[in-house]
Amino acid sequence: MKILVCISHVPDTTSKINFTDGDTKFDTNGVQFVINPNDEFGLTRAMWFKEKQGASVDVVNVGGPETEPTLRKALAIGADNAIRVNTEATDGFYVAKQLAKVIQDGGYDLVIGGRESIDYNGGMVPGMVAALTGANFVNTCIGLEIDGNTATATREIDGGKETSTTTLPLVVGGQKGLVEESDLRIPNMRGIMMARKKPLTVVDPVDVAQETKAVQFQKPAPKGDVKLVSPDNVQELIDLLHNEAKAI
Amino acid sequence: MSVLVYTESEGGKFKKAAFEVASYAKEVANMLGTTVTAVSINGGASSELGAYGVDKVLEVSDDKLSGFSAKAYADVVKQAAEKEGAKVVVVSSTADSKFLAPLLSVNLNAGYASNVVGLPESTSPFTVKRTAFTNKAFNITEMSTDVKVIGLSNNAFGLKENSGAASAEAFSPSLSDADFGVSVTAVDKATDKVSIADADIVVSGGRGLKGPENWGLIEDLANVLGAATACSKPVSDMGWRPHSEHVGQTGKPVASNLYIAIGVSGAIQHLAGINASKVKVVINNDPEAPFFKAADYGIVGDAFDVVPKLIEKLKEFKANNA
Repeated sequence: MKILVCISHVPDTTSKINFTDGDTKFDTNGVQFVINPNDEFGLTRAMWFKEKQGASVDVVNVGGPETEPTLRKALAIGADNAIRVNTEATDGFYVAKQLAKVIQDGGYDLVIGGRESIDYNGGMVPGMVAALTGANFVNTCIGLEIDGNTATATREIDGGKETSTTTLPLVVGGQKGLVEESDLRIPNMRGIMMARKKPLTVVDPVDVAQETKAVQFQKPAPKGDVKLVSPDNVQELIDLLHNEAKAI
Repeated sequence: MSVLVYTESEGGKFKKAAFEVASYAKEVANMLGTTVTAVSINGGASSELGAYGVDKVLEVSDDKLSGFSAKAYADVVKQAAEKEGAKVVVVSSTADSKFLAPLLSVNLNAGYASNVVGLPESTSPFTVKRTAFTNKAFNITEMSTDVKVIGLSNNAFGLKENSGAASAEAFSPSLSDADFGVSVTAVDKATDKVSIADADIVVSGGRGLKGPENWGLIEDLANVLGAATACSKPVSDMGWRPHSEHVGQTGKPVASNLYIAIGVSGAIQHLAGINASKVKVVINNDPEAPFFKAADYGIVGDAFDVVPKLIEKLKEFKANNA
């Protein structure tokens, strides 16, 4: 089984978010970049398929040279090969088209992406990739088993979960639950050394017309101070929520 | 040319999100000088949609579509959009709609903007405001495709009633076997509980609750308010509560009208996930907890002392305001 894990290069979850160039660009100054958490759960599940079922695992990112440390980290965790599509990731559809080309060229059986990236939160790339390649698709995937050509996938639905069966080729939009937080792996020294020698192939992008464009960013308006209520007067909180906030 | 809206239902009844996207679609249609057509799959009565501004309902009634299938449903909405010549298609942000929207947008050669929080800022060029960086920022997105798919954030627009009446028309899209490549074998859903996505009010517990045995407190408060229950990441990591209740950056996003956090310190990732909620209340015994900086109302106090009193007073309030 050939697995491709799509890796987004995103600001660490603790990052302060700022913008430059008249609020048109994300300010990367002083920001630590990581593997998108939703992708990392998928990568870790892919490692399980590699170790238990002999799958091969490639990772791919659509981005400039600055994303290579993130791909090297994925190699250090245990992926076999990395591919970087050398272009700026302008919107979800553009990225999906680049990934579809990599998938068609590589003949992957299973493609694991994240449910969404934690930067642009588009939540569209895995589904678009599935539609473009004609693969089956399961989103918000929290459990995945593969047996031959058959996949059993569990997805999170509003208020519960749903299990389905499908066949490869398959694309999943993964998230926490594919593996647990405690299953995530920190690369060890041997992994890091080996990752330096693993192939990282840079490929040229295909031409795609951009469909959407983020033209400007805004930060939420600053919030007023919290109104504190005495623990001995909870009735006041109820009155405030009813009369002032009109929330109950 | 009409605006097409996909109005979701479950068990033959429209979801609340369906009325919200219908209300939104009506205002978008007004901006564009056109009408609203809804596509409803095994849904409720069309008159219910008319009350939120829908002019026409394409009613699909098909046993093969009795359970949600993203690809098949996307195909239905696509055919409805083509039939109506729709340039704008509106969907909600439920798990199912977020599942089908990317498939739909590729099938329609349409651009897709998710997590949209308001009416288009302009219709030429077509720009929308959406959340990004998990609610730490907004971005204004310009959509240049002929057809546009808009995913509206839950609770971002609200319900707007309208006095119109909707005409109903039976619609039988053609579906192929390829639309049913994923077959659902089991659904595990608590039917007696409000889901986080549907809830007006969410009550959330953190590590301050000290253990899963104390969760009755959160549930009792949620029951009085008709609220959904949620939890912070450490609580789900420790297995006190199922992952489906974890809210935050890597968990579920929350955009409720009221969010009550009990014993949650307010890590940046948690706050990002719940920031879209309109009114935030925190109860925590640590006055330095970061949540107090993000909240609208707060009580510095012991949850085990404050919450039972709050439940009791809320019961009185509910009895007086019933």
